[in-house]
Amino acid sequence: MIPINITTPLTEKVRKSLKAGDEILLSGTILTARDAAHKRLHDLLSKGKSLPVNLKGTVIYYAGPTPPRPGRPIGSCGPTTSSRMDPFTPELIKLGLGAMIGKGDRSDEVIQAIKKHKCVYFLAIGGIGALLSTKVKSARAILYKDLGPEAVYKLEVKDFPLIVGIDSKGRNIYAKSGRKKK
Amino acid sequence: MRTLDVAKIKEAVTELCLKANFELRQDILRALKVALKKESKIGARNILKAIIENAKLAKRKRIAICQDTGFVSVFLEIGSSVILTGGDLATAVNKGVEEAYKKGYLRKSVVDDALLRKNTGTNAPCIIHINLVEGDRIGIIVSPKGFGSENKGAIKMFKPTATERDIINFILEVVKNAGPDACPPFVLGLGIGGTFDHAVHLSKKALLRPIEFRHKKKHFRLLKKDLLKAVNSLGIGPMGLGGKTTALGVNVEEFPTHIAGLPVAVSISCHATRSAERTI
Repeated sequence: MIPINITTPLTEKVRKSLKAGDEILLSGTILTARDAAHKRLHDLLSKGKSLPVNLKGTVIYYAGPTPPRPGRPIGSCGPTTSSRMDPFTPELIKLGLGAMIGKGDRSDEVIQAIKKHKCVYFLAIGGIGALLSTKVKSARAILYKDLGPEAVYKLEVKDFPLIVGIDSKGRNIYAKSGRKKK
Repeated sequence: MRTLDVAKIKEAVTELCLKANFELRQDILRALKVALKKESKIGARNILKAIIENAKLAKRKRIAICQDTGFVSVFLEIGSSVILTGGDLATAVNKGVEEAYKKGYLRKSVVDDALLRKNTGTNAPCIIHINLVEGDRIGIIVSPKGFGSENKGAIKMFKPTATERDIINFILEVVKNAGPDACPPFVLGLGIGGTFDHAVHLSKKALLRPIEFRHKKKHFRLLKKDLLKAVNSLGIGPMGLGGKTTALGVNVEEFPTHIAGLPVAVSISCHATRSAERTI
């Protein structure tokens, strides 16, 4: 399969063109956020406050990288388990989130939200963070710096290899491999 | 009697934390290459190739194999004829961890309180297991384990009359539940026997042995073989995208148990199963 090159921001047209199982090379800007950052965003929303980041068309990467060695933009930076972010995800998708990158399956609620708002969920291969670090051109903590590795980093990536896990029609790559209903 | 400064243990812990995080274990690498030969599905093959390439790059560039550089467990076997000098052993071991995680640009993934969750900023404390043995040597094994797989471990207290089939079925459920989340192909550590807590400890120790390790008891060798076959028939495959390789290997540690029980603990470990050891 020849990978499809796509660039951020991900327009609805691009998102709708992707199918579960497609191999992707993603270039552009993505934001990291994992458990603690999601919790903070959720707490803001539940108090009726606005978010400190614009989610429209944004790609969120579930990742907490290792610190960079001097002269390098980033350390090891593979995906973390996505399902831990499931409880916080539908409300972010509703606000216009463009795509998510992680590893593993998602809840039915997340899949429904993806379908409804034409979002997309990408898989990155877990446990190959050294290799993935070569696809990151720059990294900068932009939010929640007190969280250390769990801060929100803005990454510039070039040809970051991904697989479409769940597409905008709700088709799920794991459905074939005996997905367990959660 | 032999006297040994705890500073030597601290240095060894630092060195082993770095080695474990940068150099994929040789037994795991061998198993990945064998798995690559067996897989015919192109997707599964590509993932295994990427994992092997990642291991080479991590070693060459001294970048962590995986960004989850783990919670560190340190297993010490202390010879009873060693007198430790130079301060407190636990402090020295923790200092060793701190130094490695700073010097090696490894991720600090430890929070100071499970409920309040403030990062300690050092990746300490670690968990220290001490075993007293004969002799005047100290064996050190360092095992940093990521929580993608750690979250998927399980224990079941079986009835003493349970069959091997019951045990295998339970383990298959644990593996299915770990599914694509815990970075398959897995290494499975089984702890069988002992008590509720000891079985889990044994399952962790099982992960430290090379996966080709031959159990001295025949029925445990058979269990290992049957289990590996059953797990690899699940078809979960590398990253859960299908394939013949759901587990790279299984190891069992066992201990006598009580007439009323049969504890079985399963530690799930990802394809980046890390540990390093040294004797001083």
